[in-house]
Amino acid sequence: MTVLRHTWYMVVRQARNLMREPIWIVLLLVQPMVWLVLYGQLFKNVTHLGGFGTTSYVTFLAPAIVVMNSFFGATWSGMGMIYDLDHKFVERVLATPASRFAIVLSQIVRSALTAAIQAVIILVVALALGVRVHTGGAGWVIVILAAILVNSAFAGISQGIALLTRREATMIALANFIGLPLLFVSTTLLARSQMPHWMRVAAHGNPMDWGVRAAREVVLPGTSWGTVGLYLVFLLVLSAATALWATWCFRAYERTL
Amino acid sequence: MDAIVVDGLEKRYKGVQALDGVSFSVREGEVFGLLGPNGAGKSTTVRILATLSRMDAGRAEVAGHDVRRQASAVRRAIGYVPQDSGIDQNGTGRENLMLQGRVQGMGGRELRDRVSGLLEFVGIADAADRVVKTYSGGMRRRLDIALGLVHRPRVLFLDEPTTGLDPEARAGMWAEVGRLARQERLTILLTTHYLEEADELADRLAIVSRGQIVVEGTPRELKATLRGDAVHLELADGRMDDARRILERVGASPEGTGEGRTLVSRVENGNRALPGILSALEQEGIGVESVSLSRPSLDDVYLHYTGRDFAAEDRGEA
Repeated sequence: MTVLRHTWYMVVRQARNLMREPIWIVLLLVQPMVWLVLYGQLFKNVTHLGGFGTTSYVTFLAPAIVVMNSFFGATWSGMGMIYDLDHKFVERVLATPASRFAIVLSQIVRSALTAAIQAVIILVVALALGVRVHTGGAGWVIVILAAILVNSAFAGISQGIALLTRREATMIALANFIGLPLLFVSTTLLARSQMPHWMRVAAHGNPMDWGVRAAREVVLPGTSWGTVGLYLVFLLVLSAATALWATWCFRAYERTL
Repeated sequence: MDAIVVDGLEKRYKGVQALDGVSFSVREGEVFGLLGPNGAGKSTTVRILATLSRMDAGRAEVAGHDVRRQASAVRRAIGYVPQDSGIDQNGTGRENLMLQGRVQGMGGRELRDRVSGLLEFVGIADAADRVVKTYSGGMRRRLDIALGLVHRPRVLFLDEPTTGLDPEARAGMWAEVGRLARQERLTILLTTHYLEEADELADRLAIVSRGQIVVEGTPRELKATLRGDAVHLELADGRMDDARRILERVGASPEGTGEGRTLVSRVENGNRALPGILSALEQEGIGVESVSLSRPSLDDVYLHYTGRDFAAEDRGEA
């Protein structure tokens, strides 16, 4: 209970600080739309190749953009931790009885909440572009859930790296290093049948692709709820594992003090 | 009853022995100063007592709780005002205080009233709802202290409370700490590398040098151990050893070397001894650039016990 209460206080603090940076809010809102519009236009005719399950590329793309955006957001989430470490905020909190786990968890929750808000915005823009979610309201919930889970799974990793390296430059390099490869080794932009064989195999082990598939499954016709459930459970387990790893990294950081 | 007991504390950082057997104790309601140059081990000691860092060896108790085994009890009993403040600069003063109170288990009306009261108490009520980024250095330091006090701790740690403050803000902070000690009946452990600060604020103090306590006592006691006056002689040339010999002969053996070409001796009565010292040096042809006499200060105490000049050591020249 203490963990949850403390996490809540710390999430409120981070959210409030974010609201004080109007430029951030604009970026957070506009960037996902840019993805959707740019990619949607660029690859518009690719559905002629077949295997997309729809003739509307933007319908194919929208759920994947939601997940991709939450994935990119997660890779950067460790920057918040580095800021708090640099400004010794974490040290001050450590001299109080505050829950240690809450310090880490609040960063992940803040990151996932941002992803959820962005997911809603992308879905609304997609709706305006003519995208219809085949399973309706339940589908919206699933897409947002997939975004939250992909984000928290990778945010855990990002927090762990932040705590181990404690350097912004290293964080940026790592985020770039893993970001684009994972995007391309997934079905985000292209139908599975159009990918080279080895990439198809590799995509099975890409947690971002799990999220993309779950989200797309509910948007396109022929939804298999079993598939959706399976991928979401995978992501949930992974999120728990990376959060635990990040906590372990936090203990390692504490030992350096 | 002792509020803080420290016994044989040792800590190594990356191959450097930061603390090498530090022991002292602080009575309840006392203002105790840890005085020493930069890098002496003061902050390390406080960080261990505030449960941030772990000791390698030794034992420490704060407010009756073992620092290692009862860390959460210690955290509830202490207020820690670190050297690098750790304020959330994107939050307002009030928000910072509310969060601090909440993780200390306070809430509701009690916390809101406490926070408003504290903002008044440290004199930043007008700026309470502005983000801390807009605060001056002195205001931030006041907020730091308020953060340490929210949950009414029994022991307050002030790590270099006035470093980086201008003289006016420093004087304000001294008044503040004095007021705290009287009104809130707190035990305060403060670290400082300002001799005059320790002299002004501390009921008792310990001088720390290179990870060890050199001497402990009230500022009065410490100064009293240095009977007589200090004679500072700045030599025109570098004939330090010759000068030393002559001074010994006239009964004013130097205790140490001050900054540059300065020798410091201690004599029973400076005014009477000075003419003799100067003529003895002149006879041997040793030029004296300047001379000064001083009543014992903590500077002299430091020099007396460590054989090193405080200011030079503080700048890392030792």
